[in-house]
Amino acid sequence: MTEANKPDQKQDRGQLRIDEEECKGCGLCIEACPPKVISMNERLNHYGYRTALYAGAGCTGCGICFIACPEPGAITVYRLVRAREVEARVANAAEGGASECASN
Amino acid sequence: MPTETAAEYVVAQARARSFYERYERKEDLQHQTHFCPGCGHGVVHKMIAKAIDDLGVQDRTIMVGPVGCGVFTYYYFDVGNVQAAHGRAPAVATAMKRSRPESIVISYQGDGDLSAIGSAEILHAANRGENITVIFVNNAIYSMTGGQAAPTTLLGMKSTTTPNGRNAATDGYPLHVSELLSTLQAPAYIERVGLGDNKQIAQTARAIKRGLENQVRGLGFSLIEVLSPCPTIWKLTPVEAQHWVRDVMEKEFRLGVFCDRTKERTEKADLRPADPGSSSHPSVGTPDLRPVTPNPALEELPRILGVAEEDLPEGNAAALADNKAIDLEVRIAGFGGQGVLLFGEVLAEAGLDAGLEVSWLPSYGPEMRSGTSNCHVRLSRQSIDSPLVTAPNVLVAMNEPSLRKFDKSVRADGWVIYNGQEFPADCVRDGVHVLALPFTELADELGDKRAANMVMLGALLEIAGALPQASIDDALRRLVKNPRWVELDERALARGRELYRESLVEV
Amino acid sequence: MRKQLMKGNEAIVKSAILAGCRAFYGYPITPASEIAEAAAEFMPRTGGVYVQAESEVAAINMLYGAASAGVRAMTASSGPGISLMQEGISYMAGAELPCVIADITRGGPGLGNIGAEQGDYHQVVKGGGHGNYRTIVLAPHSVQEMADLTALAFELADRYRNPVVILADGFIGQMMEPVEFPQTATATHLPEWAVAGTAASRGNLITSLELDFDKLEKHVRALEAKYKVAERHEARAEEWMTADAEIVLVGYGIVGRILKAVTAEARAAGIKVGVLRPITLYPFPVVQFQRLAFNARVFAVVEMSTGQLIEDVKLALNGSRPVEFLSRVGGNVPSHDEVLALVHELARRGGVTQPTQEEERVANAY
Repeated sequence: MTEANKPDQKQDRGQLRIDEEECKGCGLCIEACPPKVISMNERLNHYGYRTALYAGAGCTGCGICFIACPEPGAITVYRLVRAREVEARVANAAEGGASECASN
Repeated sequence: MPTETAAEYVVAQARARSFYERYERKEDLQHQTHFCPGCGHGVVHKMIAKAIDDLGVQDRTIMVGPVGCGVFTYYYFDVGNVQAAHGRAPAVATAMKRSRPESIVISYQGDGDLSAIGSAEILHAANRGENITVIFVNNAIYSMTGGQAAPTTLLGMKSTTTPNGRNAATDGYPLHVSELLSTLQAPAYIERVGLGDNKQIAQTARAIKRGLENQVRGLGFSLIEVLSPCPTIWKLTPVEAQHWVRDVMEKEFRLGVFCDRTKERTEKADLRPADPGSSSHPSVGTPDLRPVTPNPALEELPRILGVAEEDLPEGNAAALADNKAIDLEVRIAGFGGQGVLLFGEVLAEAGLDAGLEVSWLPSYGPEMRSGTSNCHVRLSRQSIDSPLVTAPNVLVAMNEPSLRKFDKSVRADGWVIYNGQEFPADCVRDGVHVLALPFTELADELGDKRAANMVMLGALLEIAGALPQASIDDALRRLVKNPRWVELDERALARGRELYRESLVEV
Repeated sequence: MRKQLMKGNEAIVKSAILAGCRAFYGYPITPASEIAEAAAEFMPRTGGVYVQAESEVAAINMLYGAASAGVRAMTASSGPGISLMQEGISYMAGAELPCVIADITRGGPGLGNIGAEQGDYHQVVKGGGHGNYRTIVLAPHSVQEMADLTALAFELADRYRNPVVILADGFIGQMMEPVEFPQTATATHLPEWAVAGTAASRGNLITSLELDFDKLEKHVRALEAKYKVAERHEARAEEWMTADAEIVLVGYGIVGRILKAVTAEARAAGIKVGVLRPITLYPFPVVQFQRLAFNARVFAVVEMSTGQLIEDVKLALNGSRPVEFLSRVGGNVPSHDEVLALVHELARRGGVTQPTQEEERVANAY
């Protein structure tokens, strides 16, 4: 589950993974994203949709794109946490996340 | 163990556990939903799944799906799934919750389903305060069927069935379901939310979770109405549709909480006695999830139902004269209120008590309250083929209209017992015996003219001479609960017998 | 065993509870209301659920919910209410949900009246809702059968996972007769297909929807096969004095009793007449009809409708014997004398089979 990234001073607070297969390219995540780091891919996916594309940097991990997205698993949002929080976070991975961060 | 300074990415938002990983009930494209790009249903689905996850109730959840675009809830939700007929989800959900109080029942409905064809079901489920959660997805149109007008369609909005736009004069006004239902006393929580922008979306997630949580806490009926985009039918891009929810729909359908009784109910819930058996039925609108109905052991059921053999009377069959042929076919008729049906019941009950085959058939319906009333009673040693007495051998006519109605049907050698001093001359027939007496006045002399029926029954019993007195006494006590009336009726029966015997002396 | 005097409508409820029914959803209507009243009294006292629904439409859909939850459930109504329930009955048959529905019939069409009529035969026996489904239909003719067939109805409903209708006329519902009940109550178990809000039942789905043409055909064929099994095993009829009968009187419910009375009298006059009373209207007791057709000269259907049961009788006999018809409607009941006159008329025709009026009319038309 954890994206293995080396700890780094310049690390983004969040990360984003978009499942190109599941995404239908509605663009609601692009509209929703506060730092505007999602755009529409020029390329068509396997099913003929243009899908959402993460810029690769700048994600704050707020998660609003996730709940604006109508597909259950098209977007996965990761958040950078300190190691001592890791265990607790992992244990409660899905607890209370959406509504809290959506209100950010 | 990571070091103190290490940091790493962990999943913050991902597919809810209450969704299937892959939608195997779907025909094809099992990796994505059937919803159009930008459809609000998907967002609402995700919020429900997330709330189920958060509340830890996946195993207990039953999703009742609608007819409409939301019909395939069972493709996605890894919970118990039931798909209901159009508009009927609240009725289905009502019964599921009542029979399985520990389950968490969600009625998922669109605006055509809920506000049009299912308007009665939602109104009454709300009014009963069913402890269910209704998620009402309102996109102001029938989407699944291709864009026909719904009760929620905005004025001026074009649809395939309002091609020139909805016109209030012919099509009525947009139906405000949340406002309507919030006038009721039973619902716990009603809120309207939208999917028009990030802020609205965040509020929708909170409201849906709250709606579910209310049920988990046993607080009663919750309905969350979600203004939801339908880009396909609205002919807008997903983003335009989202903005239309905020900029146009919300103007008609005000967002907010319309009803919230959760606080007072929480306080009440805390005051509930620990032993559910000691509490009475829950008061209106504050349903108690804990079972308040007893759940008796199977062997206790016959007694509770009053059919336990050991509780039934022994009867007085032994007292029945075994050499006498018995075939009573009695028609009893009179005005409603004269005790016609009780007359027949006492006779039939006494017959059963004496070990005979019996049947009792009333006329039924409005005439029970006024007008004429009559019943058919048969007593026989043989099994009774037809309970209808079309040719009685005894007619008990408690008034003249009843006499005239049935007089001609009496068999030759049969009897007419008539409540009246004067037997109408045109009713007299050869071969039919008549006992005509002012039974009402005679009963009045005994203390209550309403006992006329029992005076007449006494006369009948004396004429027929068939039934043991013990059977009659026992039947009377079983059917008449008030001791004062039992005493009066016993005297009335005796008086009836006496009157018949006196009539013989006169002849 | 000791018996007690009880209305047919009350006997249904007591028998249902003994048979494990723990849910009643209904809507009042004459002449079925005593069923709801008895259920309202006894369901809460026996751990069951009683809800007076807002309509018959809601009531049948509540049954859909209760049955989905794996509970033995029932409702009761009369013709106009059964018309409204047809939607839910179709859905339940499609979703393979068991339930028991008592139809205590009255006069129709429309509001008609509250007299006893048998005009619901078509809508109940042939399936008044949409789609390829059947309902098993039981037709009691006494209060004891109201009790006995109610217990059977729950058993059949579960066995075939299908709605079962108890079709009784207002007389059978309203009359009181001696009745006895089993002294042991049936223990029920949660069916494995039920959606009960438990971990074990989480993967279950109740639906009548199947988008794929081939899959729906397969489903409908499976239902059809199930009904064929029921046709082979569940057809029931009472025969009375049929062994040497040349004239076979056919009728169900209250009519069956009148036919027996007439038969007793006609037998006394030396006429070889008997009664075939279908107890299951679906599956129809075809075999009994065909067997009696060997000896019988003529069948006479007596019915409180303008001719609904007679269609099944004719199909069962398949033209092998003439079928006479006597009908009363509007709340009227065929009288003893009317039926007896018909029997004498049929006997008078003697060994020579006369074409019926209808057959003559058809023959003349060609």
